[in-house]
Amino acid sequence: MKKSLLMSLLLATTLVACSNNAVKEKPAAPVVDNSKSTQVTQPAAPAIKEEAAATPAPAQPEIAVNPLKDPNNILSKRSIYFDFDKDEVKAEFRPLVEAHAKYLTANPNAKVILQGNADNRGSREYNLSLGQRRSVAVKKAVNVLGVQDKQIETISYGEEKAKSCKDETCYQQDRRVDIVYENE
Amino acid sequence: MFKNRLFLIFLLLLPLISHAELTVEVVGGAAQQIPIAIVPFSAQTQAEPAQQDNLSNVIGADLRLSGLFRVLETRGVTNHPHLLSEVKYSDWLGIQTQALTIGTVESLPGNRLKISFRLIDVLKQNQLLAMEFNISASQQRATAHRIADMIYEKLIGEKGVFATRITYVNKENGRYSLQVADADGFNPQTVVSSKEPLISPSWSPDGTKLAYVSFEKKKPVVFVQSLVSGQRIVLANFKGNNSAPCWSPDGTKLAIVLTYSANSQIFVINADGTGLKQISFSNGIDTEPEWSPDGSTIYFTSNRGGGPQIYRMPAIGGEAKRVTFEGAYNVSPHLSPDGKLLTFIKQGPNGFKVAVQDLTSGQVQTLSDTTEDESPSFAPNGRMILYATSIGGRGTLAAASVDGRVKQRLRDTGGDVREPAWGSWLN
Repeated sequence: MKKSLLMSLLLATTLVACSNNAVKEKPAAPVVDNSKSTQVTQPAAPAIKEEAAATPAPAQPEIAVNPLKDPNNILSKRSIYFDFDKDEVKAEFRPLVEAHAKYLTANPNAKVILQGNADNRGSREYNLSLGQRRSVAVKKAVNVLGVQDKQIETISYGEEKAKSCKDETCYQQDRRVDIVYENE
Repeated sequence: MFKNRLFLIFLLLLPLISHAELTVEVVGGAAQQIPIAIVPFSAQTQAEPAQQDNLSNVIGADLRLSGLFRVLETRGVTNHPHLLSEVKYSDWLGIQTQALTIGTVESLPGNRLKISFRLIDVLKQNQLLAMEFNISASQQRATAHRIADMIYEKLIGEKGVFATRITYVNKENGRYSLQVADADGFNPQTVVSSKEPLISPSWSPDGTKLAYVSFEKKKPVVFVQSLVSGQRIVLANFKGNNSAPCWSPDGTKLAIVLTYSANSQIFVINADGTGLKQISFSNGIDTEPEWSPDGSTIYFTSNRGGGPQIYRMPAIGGEAKRVTFEGAYNVSPHLSPDGKLLTFIKQGPNGFKVAVQDLTSGQVQTLSDTTEDESPSFAPNGRMILYATSIGGRGTLAAASVDGRVKQRLRDTGGDVREPAWGSWLN
């Protein structure tokens, strides 16, 4: 009797601890974010209209949709991809970089973390540095467009978050900078 | 309360982490190997048969791992000698062995063992080595490694590395653990474990400390941890990334890489975290510093010329000279203990492979036949190179002889293994 009680207690603690870990490992868990993102939405309002006008999407009902989360808004796109061993922001990502720069200048209190990544080939240390250069390249691109240093943090995960890829299509997905807004 | 629960879970997970062992598989062979027969050691008492067998098996596996020995099957020989007087030389000449190892294990009070062994030259019919050990039973494996080192040194003429240790990072069940194990991958001990990545372990020259990079603070930070006390200090936690630690040969300083100025540059810092000084100044990535054994020079990876190549500069800072010229991507420099050879990862048409460059002649040889190799390091006798590779999508350890003739895989039992570094000889 006592033993089975102990066992179920152990099991229960395991479940509690595990589920908690799972939450912690997903920084962008949507449930956690909702309350905070509505706060962010207010100052963001002017930017929404501009962006909504710019996108050829079907007219949306005029409610305060967070532009950062609106799938029809370019601001919901958060990843900039790079060539192997390169840190140049390619021309095809200019519109995305410009949209985020515009949002950040319009919302001087908004902050972003630029997370650099590399594919899993070569050296872990070199890839850590390469991921850093990629995030700095994106930072410089938005700096030029008027975003202040204090709004941007750059970090690198190197190849530590990379998938175990076997082909270029897969590697390509790992060579990127993710734009993550504060409180997301 | 909640913290206690987490701690309990951590305790429950510990055995899983520390039981992941590695075993050796030989996938190649040298042209000339010394044939040696290792007779299973006799038990003078009722010690378990499996245990006695262990000694000769471990010695045999070690010698095989070096690639310089052919370990012969002894089961065909009916008479197994344990004492010098019992050796029938014709038996051993019959299986064409040149060297013969015999020995005994005797149980002593207090869970201790008396192990004696002899190494015999079969052709000259004389004894080359005789040694006796009085050890606690738990040191049996370590003693087998010491015996293998003695045999190696006697027959090859240089020190063996079987009693040294290696470190690596094992990723298993979503957790990273930095482990230290015997050179053959057995007896792994967890030094630190985290659910965030751990990379770049570096041995202090005296083998008592490890410097490493942990992402536990959500960004790379360099720690130094004592393997004796388990205590650790934050060596470098500056703005940006802190990574790529490498000890100076005298153990007083470390070269590290910081992104203080947004771009990875090399700094030198005292082992207690004081006296930070920048030594590389470039517009490109400078990383993976590696001290030359005489302490005068730092080798490093830099993409200042476009792609990553290996350069060297004075350890006090100064003009950098390019070292590697073959291929567009050469990274992760590590020097042989005599400072004459450089091993690194070279990207060729068929992937990322371990290469060795003779620093005098500039000649480069590719050693491995795998395609996703990482972090090569020399054994303390400079004979072998330990590296990480990927087989079936999972990281594993491998070792190759410096001439590339012998390659072996250290097969793991479930974990994803990476970032190995071979430790130095102790004392």
